Amino acid sequence: MMKKFKTIILLFLLILLPSKAFSLIEVDITRGNLNPLPIAVSPLATDSDSASSLNSELNIKNLGLEISKVVENNLRTSGLFNPLNKDAFLQKPDIAHLKPRFEDWALIKAQALITGKVILKEEKLRVEFRLWDVLAAKEMMALAFTTVPKNWRRVGHIITDKVYERLTGEKGYFDTRIIYVSEKGPKTQRVKKLAIMDQDGHNTKYLTLGNELVLTPRFNPTNQMVTYLSYFRNLPRVYLLDIETGIQEVVGDFPGMTFAPRFSPDGKKIIMSFAKDGNSDIYTMDLENRVVERITNHPSIDTSPSYSPDGKYITFNSDRSGYQQIYVMKNDGTNVKRVSFGKGLYGTPVWSPRGDLIAFTKLHKGKFYIGVMRKDGKGERLLTENYYQEAPSWSPNGRVLIFYRETKSNKKGEGFSAKLWSIDLTGYNERLVETETDASDPSWSSLLSN
Amino acid sequence: MNLIKVYKNTFLALMLSLVLSACATQKKVDDSQMQGDVYTGTDTVKYLASGVPDRVFFATNESILTTKSRDTLRKQAAWLRKNSSINVVVEGHADERGTREYNLALGERRANAVKDYLMTYGISSSRISVISYGKERPVDSGSDPLAWSKNRRSVTVKAN
Repeated sequence: MMKKFKTIILLFLLILLPSKAFSLIEVDITRGNLNPLPIAVSPLATDSDSASSLNSELNIKNLGLEISKVVENNLRTSGLFNPLNKDAFLQKPDIAHLKPRFEDWALIKAQALITGKVILKEEKLRVEFRLWDVLAAKEMMALAFTTVPKNWRRVGHIITDKVYERLTGEKGYFDTRIIYVSEKGPKTQRVKKLAIMDQDGHNTKYLTLGNELVLTPRFNPTNQMVTYLSYFRNLPRVYLLDIETGIQEVVGDFPGMTFAPRFSPDGKKIIMSFAKDGNSDIYTMDLENRVVERITNHPSIDTSPSYSPDGKYITFNSDRSGYQQIYVMKNDGTNVKRVSFGKGLYGTPVWSPRGDLIAFTKLHKGKFYIGVMRKDGKGERLLTENYYQEAPSWSPNGRVLIFYRETKSNKKGEGFSAKLWSIDLTGYNERLVETETDASDPSWSSLLSN
Repeated sequence: MNLIKVYKNTFLALMLSLVLSACATQKKVDDSQMQGDVYTGTDTVKYLASGVPDRVFFATNESILTTKSRDTLRKQAAWLRKNSSINVVVEGHADERGTREYNLALGERRANAVKDYLMTYGISSSRISVISYGKERPVDSGSDPLAWSKNRRSVTVKAN
């Protein structure tokens, strides 16, 4: 009896298993870009009335095509997708959006297809899109957004986030911004400004004029506030900046340099270093009641603090062992434990938004590495080696790191550059992130929409 | 056949000696301006007054004052005692081969090492303020050990 039952289950499995192969497509994001998924992003269809009004408002002839290019570029840079050349598309955008001829799309080896429609109605931009599984000949997802026309690039980013999430099972990171330090001029007199741009390098805005040195901007994970170091009036202090209003204020009333600021995961505190009499320790300030708390008290340098995503722990950089190493402690400063024990110096620890990993910079035998280790310091993995690079910042989904890299200069200072780069947690898909000027100290925002 | 081999060997030896001597001269240039990796030259040095250098240099990752640095700072202290109306800012700097935030702390540590030494020679702490620039204001923009040694420094600057 029992045996018979088992056979039945087995039979069931046999029937189920092959059908799984034909079921909805999935993208495995843990293995890197070995087999990027071929995907067709059809230009979004636009009726002629909407097209002409959009053209007069935005000076863009074919907004549907431009939005599809934003999506395509996002998908390509993720390293997980291979957007197919639009020249090969056989079906017209408007018809494809209603009902794709799946054979046509299968013919050009597309496994997934994105179609959509753009309408301008009462001065609002309405964009709808559909994601199709070509091999299963099924619709996977259909969504519509309404916004002001000038937000059209964001629509492209939100579509990418939805597609990425549907196909990988993880939140995307495309409707996000990067704040960084824009750099110009010779090394000895570098002019630095705060700058912000969309994750794909568009819509760059400068937030300071370059009159004073600014360093290490970081986003509040919960809103559009930024904390950074400014040498305003030659007093290096941590500042808080509201990027919507432009209002800024100094954080706390410290009789000396404050630096290396970061927000707590709930956005309610700033954690930073305060240097006095040659000794740097870690402090927090509560942004609501302005209460300052001392977290470390040690005659060594303690800096670069970063909270775990649950706020219970802090990782930081200290040279209490004699050299720069990475430590973890409870959020009240107790239970300090060194976690980096590999060869070389370690700096800039930053906790992954997933909580399991700490990204860092390592200096060993004259080379700089960006790497990750587990929160107990085990499982160190070096992702990239270079002449000089540091300061990784996580994408909000914890899959990508952005950092900056500097090149060597000759005796005259020629050949020097500072650029932003990104790399997947897998160690694959290393990419230059284009910026208008030289750039350093990138910080990745949270998703602007969900 | 043998002769060719001899020639070959001579040639190799010659090449090798050329390469080695090139290295040796290169090293000699650096040696004359560095002790360990502390800069001992005068290329970048300015003077607060005749015979009073404005800066001292440090080894990598260090804030320890060398014998030469202490000598310079005693001269600065003597000059400050004579010019009691002058206040100074001590700027601490690091080279480009370190992470930005750690270098800010290191620059502050170096500037304070200088301040502390000046204080032990009778200069009131109220006359000395410190500022760290980390690696933000190199004086030599090269990417080589000599350039880095010039950049690991504390500079005493008149504040008024």
